[in-house]
Amino acid sequence: MTETSMPMATAAPVQPKTPSNSIFKHARYVVAENPVTGLAFGLFLLIVLCAVFGPYIVPYDPLATDTTATLQPPSLTHWFGTDQLGRDIFSRVVVATRLDLVIAVSSVALVFVMGGFAGIAAGFFGGWTDRVVSRLADTIMAFPLFVLAMGIVAALGNTVTNIVIATAIINFPLYVRVARAEANVRREAGFVQAARLSGNGDFRILLLHILPNIMPIMMVQISLTMGYAILNAAGLSFIGLGVKPPTPEWGIMVAEGAANIISGEWWIALFPGAALMIAVFCFNLLGDGLRDLVDPQRRT
Amino acid sequence: MTNTTLINDATVPLLDIRDLTVEFATRRGTVQAVRNINISLAKGETLGIVGESGSGKSVTSYAVMRILDRAGRIAEGSVMFSGVDLRAMPESQMRDLRGREMSMIFQSPRLALNPIRKVGHQIEDVLMQHAQAGNDAVSEKAIEVLDQVRIARPRERYHAYPFELSGGMCQRVVIALALACRPQLLIADEPTTGLDVTTQKAVMDLVVELTRERGMSTILITHDLGLAAAYCNKVVVMEKGNVVETARSETIFRSPAHAYTRKLMRATPRPGISLRDLLPEDEAARAALIAETPVVVGEPPLLVVDKLVKEYARKDLATTMSKLFGKKPAVVPDAFRAVDGISFSIARGESVGLVGESGCGKSTTSMMVMRLIDKTSGSITFGGEDIGEIPARNFATLPQRKRIQMVFQDPTDSLNPRFTAARAIADPLLQLGGIGRGEVRSRCEELATQVGLPLDLLDRFPHQLSGGQKARVGIARAIALKPDLIILDEPTAALDVSVQAVVLNLLQDLKDSLGMSYLFVSHDLNVVRLLCDRVIVMRAGQIVEQGPTQRVMDAPEASYTRDLLSAIPHPPI
Repeated sequence: MTETSMPMATAAPVQPKTPSNSIFKHARYVVAENPVTGLAFGLFLLIVLCAVFGPYIVPYDPLATDTTATLQPPSLTHWFGTDQLGRDIFSRVVVATRLDLVIAVSSVALVFVMGGFAGIAAGFFGGWTDRVVSRLADTIMAFPLFVLAMGIVAALGNTVTNIVIATAIINFPLYVRVARAEANVRREAGFVQAARLSGNGDFRILLLHILPNIMPIMMVQISLTMGYAILNAAGLSFIGLGVKPPTPEWGIMVAEGAANIISGEWWIALFPGAALMIAVFCFNLLGDGLRDLVDPQRRT
Repeated sequence: MTNTTLINDATVPLLDIRDLTVEFATRRGTVQAVRNINISLAKGETLGIVGESGSGKSVTSYAVMRILDRAGRIAEGSVMFSGVDLRAMPESQMRDLRGREMSMIFQSPRLALNPIRKVGHQIEDVLMQHAQAGNDAVSEKAIEVLDQVRIARPRERYHAYPFELSGGMCQRVVIALALACRPQLLIADEPTTGLDVTTQKAVMDLVVELTRERGMSTILITHDLGLAAAYCNKVVVMEKGNVVETARSETIFRSPAHAYTRKLMRATPRPGISLRDLLPEDEAARAALIAETPVVVGEPPLLVVDKLVKEYARKDLATTMSKLFGKKPAVVPDAFRAVDGISFSIARGESVGLVGESGCGKSTTSMMVMRLIDKTSGSITFGGEDIGEIPARNFATLPQRKRIQMVFQDPTDSLNPRFTAARAIADPLLQLGGIGRGEVRSRCEELATQVGLPLDLLDRFPHQLSGGQKARVGIARAIALKPDLIILDEPTAALDVSVQAVVLNLLQDLKDSLGMSYLFVSHDLNVVRLLCDRVIVMRAGQIVEQGPTQRVMDAPEASYTRDLLSAIPHPPI
């Protein structure tokens, strides 16, 4: 047998020289195969744009009250209407994106680092590491998670930092379990043994060989918990823990508008609620698309 | 069933495949997996379809059974079964036909069985599905079927779960499932891959005997020419979706007509030939010019293994309970000895074969010598130093690590899916090689050239490489640090024979040019015969026999070695 008689099954002809170009092509393929992924990425882009540029593009100051225009229904001047204090709801919904997204992203980043590493270490080393980490995760799972988050914020104090910490803690078991299971499967894999033979210590194997291989599944987890983290932050604010008024935040805005629904001013609660729903929906959809993007097996 | 009219006429072939083309829709457009093939199978005939991976032999059988996955479709041609066109048959009738008139045995018996259902019940399911037995008699019938596939104590085994049975036993159950309804056609897709040679012989003998008894027709799909020759009347050779040759098995081996068949036959390891004979003629002549380095005798051996033992604690309920309550354990000992006091040595420049069937402890032995797992007792002296005393977890970063390397069994599993070929080869160089990042690339290219890997493949990921290319990457990685000893753990088990021929020759060349010693772990005696100076035969953790290859192969002392040798199917040449 010579190299010429050993063609590749898929016959990938030339490896593209520019990696950025190939990633773009790959992304286009992933989107074309599943249009929902395209929708999710579009929504995600919109959310990010709102978070970054929101405060500069909104027509009104989200905190400015106007006693002459309270409880206005949606109109051309106030697209989403105004609330009890005459604040423009459209401006507030857009500006709130940044805060909600920051809470979600930082709590997910925190839990990814903590839970991810604890889980990989538990799965890889087994023994006592596994016992301690897994029982810690089990203990957290034993609480009703939202009540636990309430308790943490109430005990630590009513700040954005504490919401982030509380959200991270309640998501901890999910990350630990996924990372542990995935690392455990790969512990005895040939390439891990080969890495040992190449002189890699345990820590390098964890970081360079196991972690990159479980990233696809972790991406899905990140995306799903991102939506969950937004809901959780909004939920805490809704019940009066966490972000304090008059800061624009979707959860508070829904809470503020809830009382007015019966009297007919539906728009106060509806628009921030819809924003919340779209954000969560987007992150859930994003999970599948992200997995397809980061998985090298899908790239031919 | 009443609505399918099968013609029961001896003049009509049982299965007649005409101009069959199967297409798969892929990301890069449609790919023809099988192109215009013609195969016909008479009643009572056994047909072997032989080919390497990607030849379309499995796809053909899936097309016959109409179980192609969603991306695949039969584009052209016809498949006539007893005079009925299977292509035109509605799915409901097809479902009725599968299992009752035609069945299939799959490659991995464990995957083909439902892991959480008793095997007896799984056989009952098939019988009930095709109304072969009523509710009351079905369990008796299932036991009868188990008995027919020579499962000892069928009444007990009826209640066994697949994980409680050995691989060969599971395959018997799968055969029982396939034959339960007495079909006319049996398709066996690599039925013995992953089984030991003695088990392979038992399973194949059983299949042939049962099908002959019942006048069934059989299609045996295999990559092993020897197996096809030993058990089939007629052989079809496939290459890249085409049938290149169809002939009776006696004639195909005596006078192969097609060049590809000749190449396949040449590459199949068999007694009485040398390693170079496996290569196509022109390459063999060139390779023969490389002189072999003699085994260095007189010097102290490179590796001495003395009374090596590996025990695993039994972790069943009985021992746990007895530990908890301080009771004496029952008659079973606390520990299972995977390796039971073995001693051997390897000289510098020597290659030693370690042979045995699955579970004999050969892998455990190699892992201990490799210092990936710790021994229970005994010593491993390497280059005068007892490396057995160094705990396995510390060994990775020690300088000794450079001197013992390994080539793994599965080239796919042993490469990190996220590392390119170059990165995989560079890994040992960066960790232990003590060379800077600047030089790594040139050293990688040097190694790739040495193992015959085209340089433009270095930036590919493992899934973009073929099996043979991945094997080369694994070998390049193992020789990167210029080790003294390489353990080869069935390095060609996952490869096609033609690729195996090249890889085996490459290993021999590398050994000669670099002066390394090999410990070659394998279950394939024919391969060991080609590459090794000495052979160690292991069984149940102990060494049954060891000695020079020629002597062990030609005049085996232990009866177990004789059994192993006689179980290998040989082409009739």
